[in-house]
Amino acid sequence: MEPALLPWCSLIVLTALCLILKADLPWLVTFPKEWTLPLAAGVNAVTDTVVTVVQPAFRALSAALEAPMRGARLVLVWLPWPAVMLAVAALALKSSGVRLAVFAVLALGYILVAGYWPQSMSTLSLVLLAVPISTVLGFALGVLGHIRPGKCPVLLGALDLMQTVPAFAYLIPLLLLFGFGPVVGLIASAIYATPPMVRNTMLGLDRMPPDISEAGLMSGCTRRQQFWHVEVPTALPQILVGFNQTTMAALSMVIVAAIIGGFEDIGWEVLSSMRKAEFGQSILSGLVIALLAILIDRLTIGFARKRSTGPTAAMTWMTNRKLVMCLLLAVALAIAIRVLLPDETLLPASGLRMQVGGVNQWLLGLVRDYAWFFNGLRNGVLYCLLLPLRIGISGAAVPAIWGVAFSPMANVIYAVAALLASALLLHRFNWRPALALLVAGTLLYTGFLGFPWPVFILGIALLAFQVAGLPLALFAAAGFLLILVNGLWGALVQSLYLCTLAVLLGLVIGGALGVWAAYSERVSRILKPVCDTLQTMPQFVFLIPALMFFKVGEFTALIAIMLYAIVPPIRYVEHGLRHVRADVVEAVEQMGATPAQTLFQAKLPLALPVVMLGLNQTIMAALSMLAIAALVGTRDLGQAVYVALGKADAGMGLIAGLSIAFLAILADRLIQAAVAGNTSTI
Amino acid sequence: MNTAAPRIKLACRNVWKVYGRRPAYYFDSRGYIIEPDALAERLRSEAHLPAVVDATFEVATGEIFVIMGLSGSGKSTLVRCLSRLVEPSAGEILLDGRDLLKATGKELIELRRHAMGMVFQNFGLLPHLTILGNVAFPLKIQGKPVKEREARAREMIALVGLEGRETSFPHQLSGGQQQRVGIARSLAVGPELWFLDEPFSALDPLIRRQMQDEFLRLQRMLKKTIVFITHDMAEAFRLADRLAIMRAGKIVQIGRPADIVLNPVDDYVAQFTEDMPLLRVIRAGDLAAPLNGAAVPDESIAADASLEDLIPRLASGVCEFSVKGEGAGPPALLTAGAVLAVLEREQTRRTRS
Repeated sequence: MEPALLPWCSLIVLTALCLILKADLPWLVTFPKEWTLPLAAGVNAVTDTVVTVVQPAFRALSAALEAPMRGARLVLVWLPWPAVMLAVAALALKSSGVRLAVFAVLALGYILVAGYWPQSMSTLSLVLLAVPISTVLGFALGVLGHIRPGKCPVLLGALDLMQTVPAFAYLIPLLLLFGFGPVVGLIASAIYATPPMVRNTMLGLDRMPPDISEAGLMSGCTRRQQFWHVEVPTALPQILVGFNQTTMAALSMVIVAAIIGGFEDIGWEVLSSMRKAEFGQSILSGLVIALLAILIDRLTIGFARKRSTGPTAAMTWMTNRKLVMCLLLAVALAIAIRVLLPDETLLPASGLRMQVGGVNQWLLGLVRDYAWFFNGLRNGVLYCLLLPLRIGISGAAVPAIWGVAFSPMANVIYAVAALLASALLLHRFNWRPALALLVAGTLLYTGFLGFPWPVFILGIALLAFQVAGLPLALFAAAGFLLILVNGLWGALVQSLYLCTLAVLLGLVIGGALGVWAAYSERVSRILKPVCDTLQTMPQFVFLIPALMFFKVGEFTALIAIMLYAIVPPIRYVEHGLRHVRADVVEAVEQMGATPAQTLFQAKLPLALPVVMLGLNQTIMAALSMLAIAALVGTRDLGQAVYVALGKADAGMGLIAGLSIAFLAILADRLIQAAVAGNTSTI
Repeated sequence: MNTAAPRIKLACRNVWKVYGRRPAYYFDSRGYIIEPDALAERLRSEAHLPAVVDATFEVATGEIFVIMGLSGSGKSTLVRCLSRLVEPSAGEILLDGRDLLKATGKELIELRRHAMGMVFQNFGLLPHLTILGNVAFPLKIQGKPVKEREARAREMIALVGLEGRETSFPHQLSGGQQQRVGIARSLAVGPELWFLDEPFSALDPLIRRQMQDEFLRLQRMLKKTIVFITHDMAEAFRLADRLAIMRAGKIVQIGRPADIVLNPVDDYVAQFTEDMPLLRVIRAGDLAAPLNGAAVPDESIAADASLEDLIPRLASGVCEFSVKGEGAGPPALLTAGAVLAVLEREQTRRTRS
């Protein structure tokens, strides 16, 4: 017997023991309220004292930032739309040619016609301010990380936190520090949008080909010349990719920050129309966000990536000089319009959104007419997947829910079947899948809520220990204990089960699509723009269709999370399968393998490291969507954060937010260690 | 070939490069003689990596000095020590008699700006600059005005035969063309010392051959002092005036190509050079003996002609050649017997292998 198996055996015994004692010792399953520690209150006490001391400084900073923000907003709102359109179209021509320019004009035209122009400009002004802050800060930190590799672990840890703690969690302390106002949104988006810039700057500088840097040195560059004339230009494409990601993150966060702001911007429009159940408006405004996101993404990525076919005719025609001329022309046009027609807003008197009553009716009718379908789907998934996972088969198999009760005989049959399947796996493969099946079987029986927490914590710690060593095991145990003593165990379990289900479904559906795309050029061509669009979309937008068809509830959250998390499996599975070493595949085919055998026995195992990276991204996406999905009614950690935000409970918000970050970081480290272990054994 | 003592441009004395936790520890005591092999052995056993072991050689002005070895033999590290891209752990490097290792950062930059040029295996071109921009780059770094540096860059681009490609970007060029740009750039500042680190190794064999011809043509024109790194034996023997063979960080033999094939210092070098055709490597000058008062034969031949070129004339019945000496030296005598002796030796090598 393998030594690694032994602790698992004792864990299984412990599980059985816990399950038997469950009736007598309920604390094994539900962590008693009396045992929780008032950590959140402590954090609040500390924050309150700290905030009162430092508040004046931050309020001053807030006031200082307020001025440029107001200025940017005023300028953008002041600019008449023809000038903006001209400038953006010129930039689009320079960035990637005629098609993008046409798209830009159409998108801006739609925003205008839909009647969301001032709100969009408001949003843009926040983005325009947040992006330079994040870019400069991110570049500086990236350079620091590059020249001082010793500081890297600290820096990377900080970046992980900045990206995984949901914004709602640090909005409260930010609100306390900076006071109510759009500045908070600005700071939040700067925090959230900086990490991609740092990472890409570091990546670009670290990946510098040695020949190029040596050529620079041999040309006699001083340290400064070497940096600005050799290293930065060579790393520039990667840095620009970082700029693109930073811009997208800033846009996404500006829209989320609108939830607390209630300013005249586009995020607020979406939220308020969603709250009023005006689906017509929420779709119109959601589309505005989507178009803005796609436009900004394509614009920045066009500058970042050289196209393989060389610049198009339009791109070469639009020289730097012509671009500057166009921009100056736009400014002149703006001034001319404002001087000649001072009272004219030039905006359509009644936007599309004023006339969407009919659309609303139609949509509501649609939802009503097909309610049997949507409700059926929702109830089916709810009763067959969500409930069994949450409260287990033992909990769901009661007359009230499934209409049948499990007889003791059925329980025995279930146990025997699970054991048999596990034994079969043990016989066919090794103990790992057998154990996994056993765990899954138990989990399905007791449900996430009914699973004893000591076993859960020990199990994850053991897994972390075997995959990545003692530090990660301690990290896992400490993190879970912290969540436990804060009384968040219930929310944690809710999050886990929601995320697990979303990730599994995303993996199955996305993986299948990815396989299909890997085999069919046409599917690949169709899926690529869809994936691009889904990925540029701010998380907020995913709530709209889910909410429209499925009403408030866990199932809606599940759909929204899944929609957001489905792109990585599609991408990574396709990429992994397409880039499997051709010689291996040829060898396998030559041996006479059927296509299915080639896929399952050669291609998928070889693509596994890449697929695992996709899994990692899926989990990250699902966890980051958790806080947003709380808006449609869940009972998980995201909701804990959101509730804390409502109550201005900084301590609870931070702890719940850190819990989500902890889950994300733990999952990330586990998977990376597993991938590293896998590739090193191969 | 030159009988008069040549001026030494670059001298490398007992240079070591050791990677490891604390390489300085092994070289701190002055004045006692280091036994290279023993020290290298000790370094290896104590988890250090001696990449260059006690390298000593001299390069004369205008000479092509080739350093050859398999990958991992330390030749690239050695050439980087010479330009101080890699800081040697111990030793002396004298450039025109001045110790390069004592140069301050500022002096080093000055030296690199004016006295040295280097060509890299993977070209090392800046992807964001045009060909013109790349070649002008070293001049831009020195702060030369745009007009001057562009004129000079155009001149260099013409020299390597890339006129008309000035506005292209590196990725639009083939490998051979990119390396021509690399060569033009390294020559733009007019350095006297020219380092080439496996410049043609990334190219196809056919292009490689063309580039070697090009390189020899340039050198005949420019007369630089060259340190050329390669792992390709044919290339080394083709280009070298003198040749150093490296193995595991150590220079095992230095000499003219003919010396090395005729008198390999050990089995390693012998095996290494086994496949080099003697007739191509050995030149008329290598076999010529003094006339000692004998009459000057009518048939004459250049000292750098290979024996291969001689065979047809031998076949037509000529038994003696006069070999023209360098400069004003007296002509020397090459007999058919000496050539036949080489042929015989080649034959025995062939049958042995």
